[in-house]
Amino acid sequence: MQRQSTRSPRARAVGLGSAKDGVEHWWAERVSAVALVPLTLWFVASIIAHTGSDYDMFITWLRAPLATIPMILLLIALFRHAALGLCVVIEDYVHSGAKFAAVIAVRLGCVALASAGIVATLRVALSG
Amino acid sequence: MVPHSPTNRPRPLSPNIQIYRPQLTSVLSIVNRITGIILSFCAVVLVIWLVATATGPQAYAAVQGAIASGVGRIVLFGCTFAFFLHLCGGIRHLVWDTVHGFELRSIYASGWTVVATSVVLTLAAWGASLLIAG
Repeated sequence: MQRQSTRSPRARAVGLGSAKDGVEHWWAERVSAVALVPLTLWFVASIIAHTGSDYDMFITWLRAPLATIPMILLLIALFRHAALGLCVVIEDYVHSGAKFAAVIAVRLGCVALASAGIVATLRVALSG
Repeated sequence: MVPHSPTNRPRPLSPNIQIYRPQLTSVLSIVNRITGIILSFCAVVLVIWLVATATGPQAYAAVQGAIASGVGRIVLFGCTFAFFLHLCGGIRHLVWDTVHGFELRSIYASGWTVVATSVVLTLAAWGASLLIAG
């Protein structure tokens, strides 16, 4: 005799993909992308403008609030976007048990790297 | 009868990506992914660079020296191209998200625009950098 499942179709679907947080993921990827358009262009333009600058010139630039603030916003948006994108890549190509570990490593790594970048930026901005 | 019982019968698979001849559309799709992965590594370098800046002039000089070396410059040039490809490709995706530009003509037009714009912006960025460096 076959055992009849008492679980509802929804209960079976929850935890199997789009029933989780697909919409939130999709929106976060788009919103971070929109934020990154001006932030990355500002960063690339600033780096180009500082070609040949020495340490002191670069520090002076980064200390100004008009550079400190966009740099911190860039780090937040960049690592949020990277975490979302890399998780999709892992979910698409890694099918073994390593998938879960890889997703966790990417998510934690991105938070750690963003934190390190923000702390470094603030140290430069608030020192001396 | 359980309608959704799992079976061990091998399921039919659609042909894999290698079967198809590469087209601009499929190439740009995978390029957007690859450049995204490359830019994630660039983000790690950005953090190393910022941490070195916060550490002091010597650490900064070491990182700056590595970036300004011959290999560093070639890698940086590649990363610049990857950045503009991902930026332009990303904007193309944002336009698609508004349900515009899905006709075959538009898809090819926007695809070639992404390629051409990325090449021009990469060369412009390096041209400007070399001009400022004198």
